[in-house]
Amino acid sequence: MKRHDTTPTLGISARLLIGAGIAASLFLIGIPLITIFSAAFKEGWQVYWKNISQPDTLAAIRLTVFAALVSVLVNTVFGVIAAWLLAHFRFPGRKLLLSLIELPLSMPSIVAGTAYLFIYGAQGWLGPWLMEHHLKIMFAVPGIILITVFVTCPFVIREILPVMESQGQDEEDAAHTLGANGWQILLRITLPKIRWGLFYGIMLCNARAFGEFGAVSVVSGAIRGETSTLTLQVDQLYHDYNSTGAFASATLLALITIVTLMIKLSIEHSSTAKSSDSITSSSMAAES
Amino acid sequence: MIRNRKPTLPGFKLTLGLTILFVSLVILFPLSALTVKASSLGFKDFLSLAFNARTLSSYYVTFGCAFGAMLIDLVFGLLLAWILTRYSFPGKNLLDIAMDLPFTLPTAVAGISLAAVFGAHGWLGQWLEPLGIKVAYTPLGVTLAMAFVSLPFVVRTVQPVLQELDREVEEAATTLGGSPIVNFWKIIFPEIRSPALVGASLAYIRGLGEFGAVIYIAGNLPFHTEITSLLIYIRLDEHDYPSAAAIAMVMLAVSLVLLLALQAAHAYSQRYLEKSA
Amino acid sequence: MNKTYRYFAAGLLLLLGTSQLRAETQLLNVSYDVARELYGQIDPAFAAYWKNKTGESLTVKESFGGSSKQARAVVEGLEADVVTLNQVSDVELLHKQGGLIGADWQKQFPYNSSPYYSVIGFVVRKGNPKGIKNWDDLVKPGVQVIFPNPKTSGNGRYTYLAAWAYAGKKFNGDQAKVQDFINKLVANVPVFDTGGRGATTTFVERQIGDVLITFEAETLGIQKQYGKDKFDVFVPGLTIAAEFPVAVVDKYAAAHKTARQAKAFIEYLYSPEAQDILARNFYRVRDNNVAAKYASQFPNAETVTAEQLGGWEKIGKTHFSDGGTFDQAVSLKR
Repeated sequence: MKRHDTTPTLGISARLLIGAGIAASLFLIGIPLITIFSAAFKEGWQVYWKNISQPDTLAAIRLTVFAALVSVLVNTVFGVIAAWLLAHFRFPGRKLLLSLIELPLSMPSIVAGTAYLFIYGAQGWLGPWLMEHHLKIMFAVPGIILITVFVTCPFVIREILPVMESQGQDEEDAAHTLGANGWQILLRITLPKIRWGLFYGIMLCNARAFGEFGAVSVVSGAIRGETSTLTLQVDQLYHDYNSTGAFASATLLALITIVTLMIKLSIEHSSTAKSSDSITSSSMAAES
Repeated sequence: MIRNRKPTLPGFKLTLGLTILFVSLVILFPLSALTVKASSLGFKDFLSLAFNARTLSSYYVTFGCAFGAMLIDLVFGLLLAWILTRYSFPGKNLLDIAMDLPFTLPTAVAGISLAAVFGAHGWLGQWLEPLGIKVAYTPLGVTLAMAFVSLPFVVRTVQPVLQELDREVEEAATTLGGSPIVNFWKIIFPEIRSPALVGASLAYIRGLGEFGAVIYIAGNLPFHTEITSLLIYIRLDEHDYPSAAAIAMVMLAVSLVLLLALQAAHAYSQRYLEKSA
Repeated sequence: MNKTYRYFAAGLLLLLGTSQLRAETQLLNVSYDVARELYGQIDPAFAAYWKNKTGESLTVKESFGGSSKQARAVVEGLEADVVTLNQVSDVELLHKQGGLIGADWQKQFPYNSSPYYSVIGFVVRKGNPKGIKNWDDLVKPGVQVIFPNPKTSGNGRYTYLAAWAYAGKKFNGDQAKVQDFINKLVANVPVFDTGGRGATTTFVERQIGDVLITFEAETLGIQKQYGKDKFDVFVPGLTIAAEFPVAVVDKYAAAHKTARQAKAFIEYLYSPEAQDILARNFYRVRDNNVAAKYASQFPNAETVTAEQLGGWEKIGKTHFSDGGTFDQAVSLKR
């Protein structure tokens, strides 16, 4: 991995390129990130703490964590099942199925919100039936979870499928020949093999679940303290004469992001130390 | 790629059933509701709603700005992938990890932050504005917001390829007297062309669909900075469901076509590589 | 391992529980965008009043957004017990499309079910550098006007109608000239936010535009929030009355068994106590005593009403439907 990093001295052009790269990153990533924190602490720690600890924000944190937890759980199970299918078997329609699973990533999330509204809204397909049975989906927690599951469903499978395909299935086949059943193979062989990819997929899925805005804002109804997720809360506070509060809530989301990336970094370090199971190469090159 | 294996692993029926069930419930069912809603409009109505002047200009803004964003991402991504794989310098690890930030940072957070940075009184806005460069509430702002959210795609697709690329080939070329630029075009460029294109296409698709990051900095001016996602949102707010359905249908079709095209291109390049190898 | 799972399951249940358990009666008040501070005060005040009166603990949950958008959400299943919106047409939608309230909802409470009102006012930057005094000044080249999208926001709609009424009077009803006036006005708007508060943020926080047009209550609220040294506010010579309609959403309230509390909430809005809160938040109120107490806040101006402009149904068709006068004005703007 480190083979190329050993250039002893850097020439002028190299320095220029590095300088340009760092400047561009600061411009596009660094300054916006710093702004979030500087705007949040503009009025000092106490105001920051007051903003973070107000009941509506706390409720938003709870809802967001809950929705993310459920969606990640659902999508992890789905991801492993679908990856097992797509990695181990060739069947007609396999490509189509893969495209369908990837679709939520490539379509505007507002489109998803619109589609869900047409189903679960009171004037949608299922709306009247749901209302008769006092089941609330739109403008309630179930709707938020459903739409989050939709938006985040490709993440886990995108990370683990390439890992499974590149590593082949010889070990699984061997275990099968020796009489292991499917569960044993999955738990003892496949999962340990793909653990880093799986972990990274879960992280990305989680980050997206925390951050989804467009689709959620269609189905949420933004009832304060009840169906307002943390990103919606940011939007609400932004329009409450309280941009400091908005940025304070935004710091929570930014912190989650930073922690996610730190975990990723440490995994990469430990995995490159232990094996050749590289995460970076699997991460975005998952376009199969 | 052809696997001649005797023991077929168990679980085909179970996983196939569950996967199809999930995909049908979560993805196909809602999208079919949208399709039915849009197709109930009738062809003429559909055309007039999905392609009237305001909607058309929202497509121009969205597709145009996403294209601009893709170009930014391409230049930025190639540059960053290059310095991250070829040089070592202080802060490199930090820079590497920062590349993932746009993926994980909630887009609405990115949106309010970009609006604050590039607004007339923001950190960068106050310097750019006197130069006549207006970012916030112009198509440039839309482009920047899209570029931000899709920044990592090119870096992350090109980086592994550059990493693997044999340094000795490059060095040999240099010792044989090729200028660095010629070497780049002749040796490195063919290798990274395909991943760079894949990354750029992904960035483009992502830019098309972005909402949260864009709306805060766009100014949302019809015919000027109104993106298609926002127009769908506004149509819903206006109780104009037929319009919302028609426009959403167009975007769905576009993303489906782009996705399939991307996969086809990828498969083609794979086959091409295998043949030439 | 097993223990971890158990904790995990317990945690999940706890989270589920906190979001589903409803220990006490809840009302959901779905309201318009700039009512955030107003109902931030009224909702708890009503809860205290109700506790005092009946001994029942109650919380009022709130949701804010562009008035028309909120009405749509209620029709789609946002189960509001009461709605407090800013245009009659939005509440009417609950009857027409949702069947959620009766046709006679305006007869349920005094003043056509409208406990308070406001007019459209202007906010300009301190010292009024562009010398904006009236509607005529808004169509001058180089003046940037901020008001929200009339298709999604009540503020925007009232602003647009007031400008239309002014031009109608000025040009003696010459439709071509009126439309031309409106075209010029819309051409001067750099940003159309979807809600009234979005427009305020654009004007105040992002410092875009020379004049913000919104409810008088919001203009005075801005001055209070940001200081009199930053903004001048006034009501133009001709303005429009925005009568804020309220209603109990019968169908949802019946399902929640909160019809009694919801009705009491609306009645409470007419009480001297609530009227005083309204007036303190710069709304014009119905109660004569309270109105007299705060009279100095509210300048007199020539005021038209939506009824004088043909009523909401006709207004909607003429101005805000697809291809209406607003769309025509917007389509000229590039």
